[in-house]
Amino acid sequence: MNMIVCVKEILDPEMPASSFKIDPEAKRAIPPKDMQLVISDYDESAVEAALKVKDSCGGKITILSLGGESAKNVIRRCIAMGADEGILLSAPLFDDSDSFATAFVLAGAIKKLGDFDLVLCGRQEGDWDAGQVGSGIAELLGIVSVTMIGNIEIKNGKAVVERIVADGREIIEIPFPALVTVSSEIGEPRYPSLRRVREASRKEIPTWNTQDVAFAESRNKMLSLFVPTREAKCEFIAGETPEEAGTNLALKLRQAKSS
Amino acid sequence: MTGRKGVIIGGELSDGNLASITTELLGIGRKLADELGQELSALFIGNEISQAADEAIFFGADKVYVIDMPLFKDYLTDSYVAAWEKLNKQITPEILLLGHTSLGRDLAPRLAFRLETGVTQDCVELSIDPETKLLQKTKPVYGGNALAIYVCQECRPQMATIREKVMQPLKRDTSRKGEVIPFAPGLDETTIRGKVIGKVKEEVTGIKLEEADVVICGGRGLGGPEPFKQLEELARILNGAVGATRPPCDAKWVPSHYQIGLTGKLISPSLYIGIALSGASQHQAGILGSKTIVAINRDPDANIFRLAHYGVVGEYEKVLPAFIAKCRELLH
Repeated sequence: MNMIVCVKEILDPEMPASSFKIDPEAKRAIPPKDMQLVISDYDESAVEAALKVKDSCGGKITILSLGGESAKNVIRRCIAMGADEGILLSAPLFDDSDSFATAFVLAGAIKKLGDFDLVLCGRQEGDWDAGQVGSGIAELLGIVSVTMIGNIEIKNGKAVVERIVADGREIIEIPFPALVTVSSEIGEPRYPSLRRVREASRKEIPTWNTQDVAFAESRNKMLSLFVPTREAKCEFIAGETPEEAGTNLALKLRQAKSS
Repeated sequence: MTGRKGVIIGGELSDGNLASITTELLGIGRKLADELGQELSALFIGNEISQAADEAIFFGADKVYVIDMPLFKDYLTDSYVAAWEKLNKQITPEILLLGHTSLGRDLAPRLAFRLETGVTQDCVELSIDPETKLLQKTKPVYGGNALAIYVCQECRPQMATIREKVMQPLKRDTSRKGEVIPFAPGLDETTIRGKVIGKVKEEVTGIKLEEADVVICGGRGLGGPEPFKQLEELARILNGAVGATRPPCDAKWVPSHYQIGLTGKLISPSLYIGIALSGASQHQAGILGSKTIVAINRDPDANIFRLAHYGVVGEYEKVLPAFIAKCRELLH
């Protein structure tokens, strides 16, 4: 099974809200000093899904990441988890790509790699939450796609995947080549061993740029990016005792509802 | 773009009736269509769904296209995208809206790429720019820490998926008139890859989380599965549903479909009560549309209080039982 996983480096979503700042001119978040970018957590789930397939029926996993030089850290982390190879897609033109432009570059890189059975992506990126790159790559490659899967098994030359839906799961059988986007229900991503981290740190990660893969213009334009101001200020409900505070809260809500 | 006209929404059914997201899409679709002076259409795809058409008219549609064939009994990306592609070719809409549902979030991006246009997903606000007449699409980004407004200048249709419960439906009006148009997409079935071979329904007792008007949410601070019983009790009194942040789901205190947040359900109830949860940005992004947010937490610096309208700082073990007792007294 030849697998390709697309991953992205993002601002750590777990960082405290108070250190979140944006540059409204550049229309992007300003990373706090000394904060390392991390792998988007759904992408880590996609890597885990690929590793599960590799565990059960063998195969090769190639990591693709579109980003800056620092994205090599993210690729190396995936290799430490158990992936085999990684390629960085990096060029000034790739900056500020929307989902269409991103999918276009990734699909180009996948075509260049050629031989693949399964492409895996996270269900949505942890920064822009656009949730379209996976489906977009599948459309550009003309292959079948299933999004938001929580399980994958290979049976009789086909993939049997469980797609997470609002009221449960759908079991879907798809032929190869295929693309899936993975949700965190796949299970906790494995933690790389120290030995593997060391090995991965020595791994060479080639960089492809606009000479290797074609580029396309974005289709969606961001007009503005802003941090919403909340008029609501929390009104703290007190009481002599915690019990009284609880009672007062109920009274307050009743009053607020009828006013 | 010449000749492009009209707003179309993708309808969905829930237990044979219009899903609430569909009435909400018809509500915002009607508003946008009126501002542009154009028609509002809806498309329903499925099997044995004809009863939906009239309802969609009562909720604001001028035209309802219906694709009613056994082939479309189950949602599959290939078949639904191909059907939409055919209808788009015939009616060339200016704006195409879908719900940000399990179906919509799979269909929308693939369809947008097929139609060579752009889509913005999980929108919480839509408006028409009075000068350019472009659709402005607002969506939360960076885990809800910021909002971004997008437009699609060149490509058509302008596409968006809309978060559930953030748009207002119109009042159902049976005197509204409209046209129901059966549509045969004429698909080559051999081009449809994939097959749904099974479905597993999570058992949901009571009101669905994403449709509940009141949501009681528990967090890591509850310490185990047992306290969720109190939350269930409160939900019964307030006629609401119980959810959880990620840690209780990961720890299997509650099933994973309880999860509220970017990974999980996106909710917009009238009243949200968060108990013993810190309010990680992932979770906040999922409750953004809630009208009134109430928090009970022993830590006065918990993030959730930055979002809450009303808060009590205290141990939930003491605050909650008294709160529940008073709610019961007030409502009975």
